[in-house]
Amino acid sequence: MTPILQIQALNKNFGTLQILKNVNVEIESGDFLVLVGPSGCGKSTLLNCIAGLEPVTSGQIAIDGRNMNEISPKDRDIAMVFQSYALYPTMSVAKNITFGMKVRGIDKQTQQEKLAEVSRQLQIEPLLNRRPAQLSGGQRQRVAMGRALVRDPKLFLFDEPLSNLDAKLRVEMRNEIKKLHHNLNATMVYVTHDQIEAMTLATKIVVLKDGLVQQIGTPAEIYLRPANLFVADFMGSPAMNLVTAQTRKNGRGTELVIERPSGEPLRLLDKKARNLPDRVVLGIRPEDITEAAFGSGKNVHITACDVDVVEPAGADTFVLLSLSGKEVTARLKAETRAAAGESMDFAFNMEKASYFDVESGERIN
Amino acid sequence: MLERLERQIPKFVLAPSFAAILVFVYGFIVWTGWVSLTKSKLMPRYEIEGITQYQRLFASPRWDTALENLFVFGGLFIVLSMLLGLLLAILLDQKIRTEGVLRTIYLYPMALSLIVTGTAWRWFLNPGLGIEATVRKWGFEDFTFDWLVNPDMAIYTIVIAAVWQASGFVMALFLAGLRSVEDEIIRAAQVDGIPLWRIYVSIIIPSMAPVFLSAFIVLAHLAIKSFDLVIALTGGGPGYATDLPATYMYSMAFSRGNIGQAASSAMVMMAVIFAIVVPYLYSELRSRNDAR
Amino acid sequence: MMQGDLASTASTQITRLALRWLLYLLLVLFALYYLAPLFVMVTTSLKSLEEIKTGSLVSLPREVTFDAWGTAWSAACSGIKCEGLKPYFWNSIVMAVPAVLISTFLGAINGYVIAQWRFRGANLIFSLMLFGCFIPFQVVLLPMARLLGLMGLAGSIPGLIFVHVVYGLGFTTLFFRNYYVSISPELMRAAKIDGAGFFRIFWSVFLPLSVPIIVVTIIWQFTQIWNDFLFGVSFSQAGTQPITVALNNIVNSTTGVKEYNVDMAAAIIAALPTLIVYVVAGKYFIRGLTAGSVKG
Repeated sequence: MTPILQIQALNKNFGTLQILKNVNVEIESGDFLVLVGPSGCGKSTLLNCIAGLEPVTSGQIAIDGRNMNEISPKDRDIAMVFQSYALYPTMSVAKNITFGMKVRGIDKQTQQEKLAEVSRQLQIEPLLNRRPAQLSGGQRQRVAMGRALVRDPKLFLFDEPLSNLDAKLRVEMRNEIKKLHHNLNATMVYVTHDQIEAMTLATKIVVLKDGLVQQIGTPAEIYLRPANLFVADFMGSPAMNLVTAQTRKNGRGTELVIERPSGEPLRLLDKKARNLPDRVVLGIRPEDITEAAFGSGKNVHITACDVDVVEPAGADTFVLLSLSGKEVTARLKAETRAAAGESMDFAFNMEKASYFDVESGERIN
Repeated sequence: MLERLERQIPKFVLAPSFAAILVFVYGFIVWTGWVSLTKSKLMPRYEIEGITQYQRLFASPRWDTALENLFVFGGLFIVLSMLLGLLLAILLDQKIRTEGVLRTIYLYPMALSLIVTGTAWRWFLNPGLGIEATVRKWGFEDFTFDWLVNPDMAIYTIVIAAVWQASGFVMALFLAGLRSVEDEIIRAAQVDGIPLWRIYVSIIIPSMAPVFLSAFIVLAHLAIKSFDLVIALTGGGPGYATDLPATYMYSMAFSRGNIGQAASSAMVMMAVIFAIVVPYLYSELRSRNDAR
Repeated sequence: MMQGDLASTASTQITRLALRWLLYLLLVLFALYYLAPLFVMVTTSLKSLEEIKTGSLVSLPREVTFDAWGTAWSAACSGIKCEGLKPYFWNSIVMAVPAVLISTFLGAINGYVIAQWRFRGANLIFSLMLFGCFIPFQVVLLPMARLLGLMGLAGSIPGLIFVHVVYGLGFTTLFFRNYYVSISPELMRAAKIDGAGFFRIFWSVFLPLSVPIIVVTIIWQFTQIWNDFLFGVSFSQAGTQPITVALNNIVNSTTGVKEYNVDMAAAIIAALPTLIVYVVAGKYFIRGLTAGSVKG
């Protein structure tokens, strides 16, 4: 099966500024690809290149096997939903949706049929005669999606479509997009700076920073085995704890020695780690540091730590420990008795530990 | 191929207008500049002679009067219009109920042609039948207001008419500027116990510097271009007493058949505007590009 | 203590009231200052010559006659012809309407290109066009006169239309460009994906959005062009003069008795179109005046 979208060695410059550097990505039909990264990482530019709204400087983009380099957006068989929805302000909802078909010369009968089908799907039938200014944010979103759906494209492109919505609406619309993806078995490329959206929606994630691809993988891969320090820190909320540690080999595995303010360093034993350099950055997620009583598993190390701050957060309580000059977050149950200033036993699940090179930030294990 | 051609369409669309501006603005300025350096009289000649036209220009007493008038008129016009405009704007800013009507009244002169304005004021200031006669009829036998026909005072009649025409516009500009000062700053000042007049003087007016600049530029521009008003109000007279560079230029070009003088006087006008407007435009465009 | 407070609040109340009255008084005085010339023009135009000479400037007409108006419209002498303002009124209309429409349309499409289709040099072109708004027209009078002669358009109304379009381009482009600059570029991207090209996007998306700025531009251009005198007097001849030139001729004519009432009536006729536009669509007019200056 030809991948539905192939990006090969893509470079994009704006004048002397290089926005995208050697990007290579491939997805199959039915995938939900999320491009995620901080502001300015080039994700929107990449999306615009896929759409044909920006010419590429070098490299290739192929949709369903066809090279798109000289092809204009309207001929790429794509549809796009924008951050500001970009609905035509002087046209009614119905006209907004049928405008593209009108331009392509599709007969009125078919236009009306497709309009009816799509408005039923998105439940926007009562809105058809309204103007965009009379709609709420969520309604505008749906109309924008309707405009995209009606094109029946090979690729749906989304450019941060939920950024303009309030938190609650964002969750609702996120679910709607996910359902849409499932019902239509559509292929979607989605840009966001919100890593939660990325994790919940994607079948495949591309993490970008400064125009360079940091990692491509499934949400699980990205979450459990981040490829470098940036991905480890960026993805997942609360962020992965990253502390520098000295390593010492001993018979039972590798011991990680972490400085802490109380004087005596913290020693963690990882039974599985081998061949680590003398200094590493240890990455461990908050949910992998628990109260000793609840820690279980083959590679769990239990030790005492001083609690700095206790942050009750409803379903969990986050506890901050001071290690190696940083605040390390542990995720405890809501009923925990942890108190600031006191010492407590914690279980560190070293099975889930990630190790990164101190200089390059690249993953070691 | 078609795609690449399509990408050039915006340039093709803009090109005719841009070409027109290049030719009919910049090209013409060059032509006029060229002619100002020649011996042209009735017909243009293209052999460069040097700056004789300018020398002749600045040696001409009529031009001297015109330039002097420009600075007197321009200065008074700008200052008085700004003062009156500011005063009116401050007055109107006091939450007046009939603000809309008053604003319409203060601004309507801007909708009139300067010929109409000149005609109206010429009648108004007519010594025999206008204000002078009327006040005399009211009993003030000795009242004189013959500025219109007095060579020393005629230029001030132009100031009066021009201020009448333009002060409403300045008021509109300033009113918008006054209102753009955030409420919170004023409220903070009131809480601090600062009296209203002080709030205006120390807080609001200083924050309006850009508006003052805009008003100055527009007024200066109007002053330098003043032609219609002079023709209608005084015809440049009595004699040449109210001549301005614009009327001098016109006279040289179309009545006197002296194209060389016309061109040189036009270039001097151009230079004056250039000196005022270019720094302003440069700083405006630059600050806007930075803000982007 | 209480009584002292009451007394002081009473006195501040009175001062406040007095100040308020002073404010209104000043405002009304100024209003009179602006209205006086118009008032005088109207009353003078309705008086007979007799009454003008014997009466006072500010008095209402004892006997209202519209004779002056009739003369002004159809019999007043402008130069050698004595046909009143009527033919010149039509000259102005024939000149102004096409000039306004053409310059507005060009401004719209230019502003669209500069604001939405960014390409290298677009800003430079815009700056050059913008500067062209500020030049004193004296500096183009001579070459334009020659060019019109060469093109065979000297002294003709099409020639005047041409001149007004060319020198109005800078302003109209400025108005539309400033308006279009605030429209999100995503709108154009969506239209491109929908398959619309340059002209389709302008016609279907941007033009419908532009009604406010079109109104402002048309009012501004009409006022400028109708009220123009410099181009009119430089580039027209006896039969093709616009109304401003004819008015000036009538008022400055040295033949015969000076008919002040006719002069005033003529001035009002010449001023009516732009005055009416101002009264009816005033707020758009103000928006146009301040558009280039305050926000820039």
